[in-house]
Amino acid sequence: MKKTLFDKIWDAHVVESIPNGPDILYIDKHLIHEVTSPQAFNELKERDIPVFRPKQIMATADHNTPTQDQHLPIKDLLSRKQLEELSQNCKENNITLYGLGHPYNGIVHVMAPELGITQPGMTIVCGDSHTSTHGAFGSIAFGIGTSQVAQVFASQCLLVEKPKKLRVNVNGTLRSGVHPKDVILYIISQLGTNSGTGYFCEYAGNVFEEMSMEGRMTVCNMSIEMGARGGLIAPDETTFAYVEDREFAPKGEDLEKMRSYWETLKTDTDATFDKEYSFDAEDIEPMITYGTNPGMGIKISGSIPLNGGKSAEKALEYMGFNAGDSLIDKPVNFIFIGSCTNARIEDFRAAAEYIKGKQKAGNVNALIVPGSQQVASQIKAEGLNLIFEAAGFTIRQPGCSACLAMNDDKIPAGEYCVSTSNRNFEGRQGQGARTILASPLTAAATAIAGKLTDYTQYY
Amino acid sequence: MEKFITHIDSAVPLEIENIDTDQIIPARFLKATDKKGFGENVFRDWRFDSNGYPNEDFILNDTAFNGSILVAGNNFGCGSSREHAAWALKAYGFKVVVSSYFADIFKENALNNGLLPVLISPGFLEKIFKAILKDPSEKIKVDLQNQKIEILRSGENEDFEIDSYKKTCLINGYDDIDYLLSKKEAIKQFEEK
Ligand code: SF4
Repeated sequence: MKKTLFDKIWDAHVVESIPNGPDILYIDKHLIHEVTSPQAFNELKERDIPVFRPKQIMATADHNTPTQDQHLPIKDLLSRKQLEELSQNCKENNITLYGLGHPYNGIVHVMAPELGITQPGMTIVCGDSHTSTHGAFGSIAFGIGTSQVAQVFASQCLLVEKPKKLRVNVNGTLRSGVHPKDVILYIISQLGTNSGTGYFCEYAGNVFEEMSMEGRMTVCNMSIEMGARGGLIAPDETTFAYVEDREFAPKGEDLEKMRSYWETLKTDTDATFDKEYSFDAEDIEPMITYGTNPGMGIKISGSIPLNGGKSAEKALEYMGFNAGDSLIDKPVNFIFIGSCTNARIEDFRAAAEYIKGKQKAGNVNALIVPGSQQVASQIKAEGLNLIFEAAGFTIRQPGCSACLAMNDDKIPAGEYCVSTSNRNFEGRQGQGARTILASPLTAAATAIAGKLTDYTQYY
Repeated sequence: MEKFITHIDSAVPLEIENIDTDQIIPARFLKATDKKGFGENVFRDWRFDSNGYPNEDFILNDTAFNGSILVAGNNFGCGSSREHAAWALKAYGFKVVVSSYFADIFKENALNNGLLPVLISPGFLEKIFKAILKDPSEKIKVDLQNQKIEILRSGENEDFEIDSYKKTCLINGYDDIDYLLSKKEAIKQFEEK
C-alpha cells in the first residue's frame, strides 16, 4: 500500500494495536519542563512505579523562568519551587536537565532541535502543545497532557488513536519580504482554528522545500493553532545539513546508516490523504491577527472582515477594534520578538537587518527574548545585540517570557502588543493584554514606526 | 480513577465558542506542583473582574444555574496541552462537558481524569441550550453504557461516540498506566527490534 510520510513513521513505532481501540505507540524522545511534569512525577511516586527509560528523556526549564538576573535565586516563590522540584525529580530519576543558566538551556522547542536531539523519523512528545515544532525535521511530534507524561515515564509508550491525515500544499514564489510566519498565519486564517482537529498535517510544495529549518519550525509550530495534533515536513538535504554535527546527532557510520533511512521518509506518490488543501504562494502577504484566536488573521494591508458573527463581536470588543477597520497606522506601544515560534537566530537576523541604523519610536517598549542560550550567544557573536541596543530595544535572557506571561514579562491591560508568538487568546500576554500576532519583520517595523506598518512598501 | 456509568444532573450553559485553555485556567495559575486547588481559578478572568469581584454577567456566577454538567459552545478546549484545564473543571465540580467540538488534547486530558467529554451535533447542542435557558432546573442524563445523552423532561436524545477502549476504562475506573504496565514485555521486545 502507498504510504504517507506520517504512516511510515507511525507504523514503525506501533508496538501493538488494541482491537477497536488505540495503538500502543513507542516514543523515542520525551522532552519535559517544569510546568507539566511535577504532577506526573508525583503520580509515579505515589504508585511506586519507576521511570522506565530515563535516557530517552531530556528536561529544560523555560515556561516560568525569569528573563533577568537568571544567576540570582528566583524571586517568585512558586516558580522557584517548581524549578527546584524539576531538579529534584530529574536527579532522583537520572534524567538529564539543562536547567536555568546551563549553556544548553532554552525553550524546549528551540533547544532540542539545536542540540540535535530532534531527528528525522522519530516519535517525540512533550507536555506542551507546540511540540508540533519538531515535525519540521520529518518526525511525529505532538503535545500531551500530564497523565500522558506519566504514561511515557512509566512505559516509554502512549495509548493513542492514529490521527487522520491532512496535507497542505503551498506552491509558487513567495513575494519579497514574506516570512514563514506569514505563510502559516495565512494558512490558519484560511482554514480556521479547528480544521485540523483529529488530523496530523503534512506541509508540502516548493515553498516548504525551499524554506530553511528555522522557517519550517515556525510553520510546524503553529499546526496546533489550526487544531492539528502536529505537522510535519519531509526531511531533505536542508534537514540533514542542519542535523549533522549537532551535539546529539549520530556520527560517522551511525550517521550514514540513519541517513539512508531518513532518505526513505517521504510520502509515496499516489498515497492518499483524508483531506487536502492547496494555496498559491503569490497570494500570501505579511499577516497580522485582529482577534482572539490565531485564525482571525488578515493581510496587513487588508481590513477586518464584516459579519464575523457573535464570537467575532466578542473578540473585537476585547481587542477594541471594529469590523471593517484597517489596522495600518494603529499606534502600538509594545512589541515582543520571542517564543518557540520566532526566537531562533534567523528571526533575529531578519529583525536586525530591518532595524539597523534606525531607532525605535519613543512610545514603544521593544522586547527581544532569545529562544535559548545558544541563540543568545549567537546574537552576540554576530553583533546583532549592538544593533538592537542602538535602536533602543531591550534584550533579555532566554525563556518563554511574554508568550504566556507566567513570569514578570507581561503586557499591561488594554495595551496592544505586536508579538511573534503563537497565541492571541484573551489575557495570554497578561490580563487584559491585546495581542496582534505577526512575523519578526512586522514586529520590528512596528517598533520603529510606533504603529502598525506594512514594511513591504519599502522593499 | 472513580467509575463513571450514568450521570443525571442540571447543567450550566456556557454559550461561548472557541473557549481556549487559557480561559479555562489562565497561565499564572500553573505554578502549582500538585493537582489541588485549581477549581477556585477555573474561568478566573471571566468569573472575576480585575479587582477580584465576581462578574455578575458571567453564567457561573448566576445562581439560577448549577449542576455538574457544563454545556459549552463549539470548539471547546483549544489551545495548550495543560491538563490543569481538566483538573480545574473537575475540581470545580463538573463531571461532564458537552459541546459540538472538542480540541484533541483537551479531550484526552478530560478522559484521563474521569471528566467525560460528550460530543454532540450542533443541532442537539442548540436544543440543550434552549431547554436549560428556559428552565434552569432541567436535568440532563448522560448514559455512558448506552452512549446516549437525553434532555430528561422532553425525552429528546442523541447518541454519542466514544472510543470503546476509553469507555471500558471509564466504566471500570482503570487508567492507561495500568494497561501499559501490563504490556511491558511487548514493549521490551519492540525495543530490541
Ligand atoms: S514559547 Fe510560548 S508557546 Fe512556546 S513553549 Fe513557551 S509558552 Fe509554550
